[in-house]
Parts: sequence; C-alpha cells; structure tokens
Amino acid sequence: MAILIDESTRIVVQGFTGKTGTFHAQDMISYGSNVVAGVTPGKGGQQHLGLPVFNTVKEAVRQVGADASIVFVPPAFAADSIMEAAEAGIKYCVAITDGIPTQDMMTVKNFLRRFPIERRMVLTGPNCAGTISPGRAMLGIMPGHIYLRGEVGIVGRSGTLGYEAADQMRTLGIGISTSVGIGGDPIIGSSHRDVLERFEADSETRVVVMIGEIGGPQEVEAGIFAKEHMTKPVVAYIAGLTAPEGRRMGHAGAIISSAGESAAEKVAALRDLGVTISPTPSAIGDTVAAVLARM
Amino acid sequence: MDIHEYQAKEILAKYGIKIAEGGLAYSPEESVQRAREIDGTVWVVKAQIHSGSRGKAGGIKVCTSHDEIRAAAEELIGKNLTTRQTGPVGKVCSRVYVEAGTQIAKEMYLCFLIDRSSERIVMVGSAEGGMEIEELARTNAAAIKKIFVEPAVGLQDFQAREMAFALGLESTQLSHAVKTIRGCYRAMRDFDANMLEINPLVVTAMGELIALDAKMSFDDNALFRRHEIVELRDKTQGDTREVAAADQGLSYIGLSGDIGCMINGAGLAMATMDMIKLAGGEPANFLDVGGGASAERTEKAFRLVLADKGVKAMLVNIFAGINRCDWIAEGVVHAVKNIDMKVPLVVRLSGTNVAEGQRIIAESGLPIITAGTLAEAAEKVVQARNAVIAKEREGK
Repeated sequence: MAILIDESTRIVVQGFTGKTGTFHAQDMISYGSNVVAGVTPGKGGQQHLGLPVFNTVKEAVRQVGADASIVFVPPAFAADSIMEAAEAGIKYCVAITDGIPTQDMMTVKNFLRRFPIERRMVLTGPNCAGTISPGRAMLGIMPGHIYLRGEVGIVGRSGTLGYEAADQMRTLGIGISTSVGIGGDPIIGSSHRDVLERFEADSETRVVVMIGEIGGPQEVEAGIFAKEHMTKPVVAYIAGLTAPEGRRMGHAGAIISSAGESAAEKVAALRDLGVTISPTPSAIGDTVAAVLARM
Repeated sequence: MDIHEYQAKEILAKYGIKIAEGGLAYSPEESVQRAREIDGTVWVVKAQIHSGSRGKAGGIKVCTSHDEIRAAAEELIGKNLTTRQTGPVGKVCSRVYVEAGTQIAKEMYLCFLIDRSSERIVMVGSAEGGMEIEELARTNAAAIKKIFVEPAVGLQDFQAREMAFALGLESTQLSHAVKTIRGCYRAMRDFDANMLEINPLVVTAMGELIALDAKMSFDDNALFRRHEIVELRDKTQGDTREVAAADQGLSYIGLSGDIGCMINGAGLAMATMDMIKLAGGEPANFLDVGGGASAERTEKAFRLVLADKGVKAMLVNIFAGINRCDWIAEGVVHAVKNIDMKVPLVVRLSGTNVAEGQRIIAESGLPIITAGTLAEAAEKVVQARNAVIAKEREGK
C-alpha cells in the first residue's frame, strides 16, 4: 500500500499548459506518475506533452477517468480550481499554488464540507511540495530521486525541510512509504492529524515522521491523536526555536500569535504526549533509525 | 499588512461605525488647526505608529488647551516611539491624529479574526475593555465571549445581538450595536482583513457607542485585489531592510544575532537557524530565497544579508529541488566576486546536481568553506564567526 497515491492513480494537471504546470507535469511523467490529462480553460481539444487538454475537470474525469488532480493555477484563481476539482468528483487534490488569500481558503474548506464524507475530495496544500509514494507515483514538485521506497511515512508543512529529512533517511538506507506536504498556509486542506490517521491505517507504514513549525495548534492536536489512537511510533521535529513572537517567518502560517504556538511549547506538549522528539533538524534520520531499531 | 489607527477609522466610518470627530496632522501647527476645527475643550493627540500599547509608551496625550496640543505634537512628531510591541528601536511617528475628547461611561473589547482551528472568522468580545486581551485571557478568561461565523451565510443579527448582550450593552443601544458589529464583519470580508480590533469600544456619557481606537491588519496574499489597502501602506513603519527585501520579492526578517543566512524554503530556513543556535551562534536574519534562486536573485540576497554591518559570518544552505546545485553554485561564485565579501562564507548544497555544484565552488579559487551536512554547516559558520570575533579583539 502507501497512502493517497500509487501506480493506479490517474492524474489530471490543472494549469497544465502554463510554464510551471508544463515543467512539473513533465517531471512527474518522467518519474513514472500516471498523468492522463490536463485542464486549461479555453484550450480544450488541444494536445500538450502528448496528452489531451480539457476545458473542465469534469470532462477529464468523464473521458479519461482522472481521479487525482494537481493545481498549478495562479493564486487569484486557485481556490476556484480546487472547488472545480471537488465538484467534478476528483478524490484527491494537491494544491501547489503559493499565495492564495486566506479567506478564499475559508470558502474552499466550507465548500468541501458540503459533500458527504464518502464523496468529499481530500485536499492537501496549498503552498506545499505535494505528495510522493516513492517508486510508485509523484504528485508534486519534489526531487523524486532523494526518496527511497520503504516503511516510514513523512508529513510536514515545509518542502525543503521535508527533502532534508528524506535525504538524511536515504543516507541511512531508510525508505519512505509516502511523504505528504501539507503546506505552510494558515488554512490548509488536511492537517497533520488527518495524515497521521491515514498512516495509522496503512499496512506498509511502520513509523511516522511529523515535521512541524511554529504557529497554529495543529502539531499538538496531532500529538493528542497519536496518543489516543495510534499504535505506530511518531517522531517529530518542530522548526523555529529562534523565531521571534509575532513575526511571520516566510510561511503565512508560521507566526507565533498565541500561547502554545512557539516551538519550545509544542516540543514540550508533544513529548508529554509520548511523541519521540528529534532534538535538531539534522538528527531526524538518526532518531528514526533508533526508533526502527527498537521495533 | 498593517495600517494606522486613523486609516482603520476611516474605513470603519464608511461601514456605519461611529468614531469621535478628528483629523490628521503632520506638524504642531496643523495639530492646533485640527483642534480648532473640532468643538469642545478636551482633545487627544495620538501618535500614529503601527503598534498597540501606545498609551503606556506616552504616545497618547490628553490636552485641554491649544498650547498643550502644540507641545504634545512637538514631542511626538519626528520621534521614535518605543512600545512593548515595537522592539528597542521603536517606530518613527511622522503624523498625529487629533481627536475630540470623549467622556467614557463604559469600556468594552471587540475583535474579529480568522480562527485557524475552526477555519472561520471568530468574533471576540468582552465587557471588560481597555486592557490587552492577552492579559484578560490570563486573568479572567470567562469574561471573553467568542462567536464563530458560518462563512457561507455570514454574520447574522442574532449573533450580533448575542455579542451586544455579552458586552453588557443596554436595550437602547442594541440596534446601533448590531449595526457596528455587522459593519466590522463586512469591512473584514470586503478588504480581506486578518484582524480587526476595537479596543476600547466605548459607551459615552451621552449613551453613544464609539470606536475609540481601531486596528486592522490585512492578508498579504490578498493585496493583489485590494488596491485601496495597498495605497494605505506606510513604509516608514517597517524595518528598512525588510521593506527593501519585500520590494525584491524576498522574504527577510532582521534578527539580533551576527550570522547572516540565505536559505531556500521557510521551514528549512527556520531549521537552519535552530542549528546555528544549537551550535552556539545567533542568526542575524531569516531569509528565504524561494524556489527559483537565479544568479541575479542570489546576488540581491547576498547584498541584503551583508547590508547588516553586524554580520560576522554568513551561511548559505540550499536544498535544490526545482533548483539545481550547479546553478546555485554559479550564482554564489558570481555574487562573492561581485560583492567583495569581507566576512567568511560557509556554503552547504544538497539535492539535485550536488556534485557538480560542489565542483564549481571548489574550482572557483574563492575562500568559501563548504559543508556536507546541516550540522557541519552550522558548526563551521559558528567557528568562523568566533574566529572573526577573536581577531577583532586582538586588533583592539
């Protein structure tokens, strides 16, 4: 198994014919992902990268059986594209776009909740690097070659810090079942907790690495879930020990605005909840190796 | 993005929220002129800076004569005002708002913000106004009322009434309270605000409901469609380096340490800064160069980091995904040659084409220190920084 995507996932690229969409679609195809179509409104009927282009996501679902989408649409129009995917019956959507207005994401989340849970699209991102199940499928913009196939799940907000973790594990010969980037924005499709739940249910994943950062309540909520509902060990690293209060550290969501949101407070709370803490970002690989060795 | 009190009040007034009569002044003479235009015998001169806690810092002065107004304006205009929120340097006050004095019968707190847990706008209020909400949350959390707004239908009247009663308002003030609360919500939605705070919201001796102070903060991601808000930007209120960086599309935050940083990705940047701290150093800045770090962008980033004269050593940490290490290496070599760097530089490259990137750095002949891992990079830059400090001490 793996979570969210595998060889059978049929991918449609939203914002397919633009520069960014083209570049990453090509990269995903060379990795071996099953990209079946693209959507660019007004360019329906054309061919791009040897694949059909449709005007709407609905057509891509009906005509070529797309069940997952990746959004490269510019920020002003991205929320609309995500909702179009949800309405069209896409099961899983990754929104790569950085810079979507927060109130637009509020609308998107509200729109998704209208669907009964069995028909509700799963969204990860926006402002993320995407999801990869190494050796099977890549639905994202990450350097695929740094991920070995294996039994460790990764969930994190940051792209490059996730690469750092995967690379440390590769150096130690540790592989990844699936790595999920949930994005750095204040309002995102899936939380750390949501992804932990999927890893717990996945027969292939044995350990989960959670890479968090300052701001928001999500890491601690995930820690509570891990304590109450998980049998698999969770390793966490929280970035931003040096971050000053009240300042936005690059990611729109990375701001300490209330009690419990600093890295030190999150680390303390997670430790109390039984999560294994990687004390430094360079010790993530070694910490996972130690946990695996004990199993 | 933040705006000034007087700008927030102008917005709120358009949404039917009552404010005291007042006007903006850039000089002591203008301040007196504004006071003449306002009836009454008591005026308040308020420093316009992007910070709360202005009262405690002496930025709000109650005056009972034109001479007092002139003196107050002279004291405030052109000076840096330091509050609990501004940091030690403070923020420059280039204008004051002169307002009619208000006889206060009751002070309340009202705020709207985006709640990340519920993914909705939450309205927060308390009958105990005037003090900071963080303080109230600590001392008397039960006095804080929270009401969540369903985004599809927006704020409803019954919710506004519920808040009005929680604020302890009288039945006679109800309709105006509902108008005020609904107006705030609409302003928040219409302008993509992240936060709108009225502290205090007051009932005057005459029984009127007035926003005595107002603070609004906007979503940077939505500014592309809020041109009227962009026009309100006051660049003097930001750190000059941060403003310059933002103009170049770089995400930079100045900090108090002496190790300059250039990193790609916000999470990796925060993690690298953590490593510097764990190795015994202090970062001078946060700088995310983002995904497309071209040679030109790299040079700009170098100039930005080194513009901080307190920087004793610099660390570049790039994990190339979309990027390629060889491109980054070429950019770094180019920047170092162009800038004539005086401080030691540690470079750690990882990811796509790493061997090629390392070769370019090694063959450049430049005194660049290289590192293979994150931990090694942090240790080496702290060592280099310590060596610089030791040398400076010897020189003295």
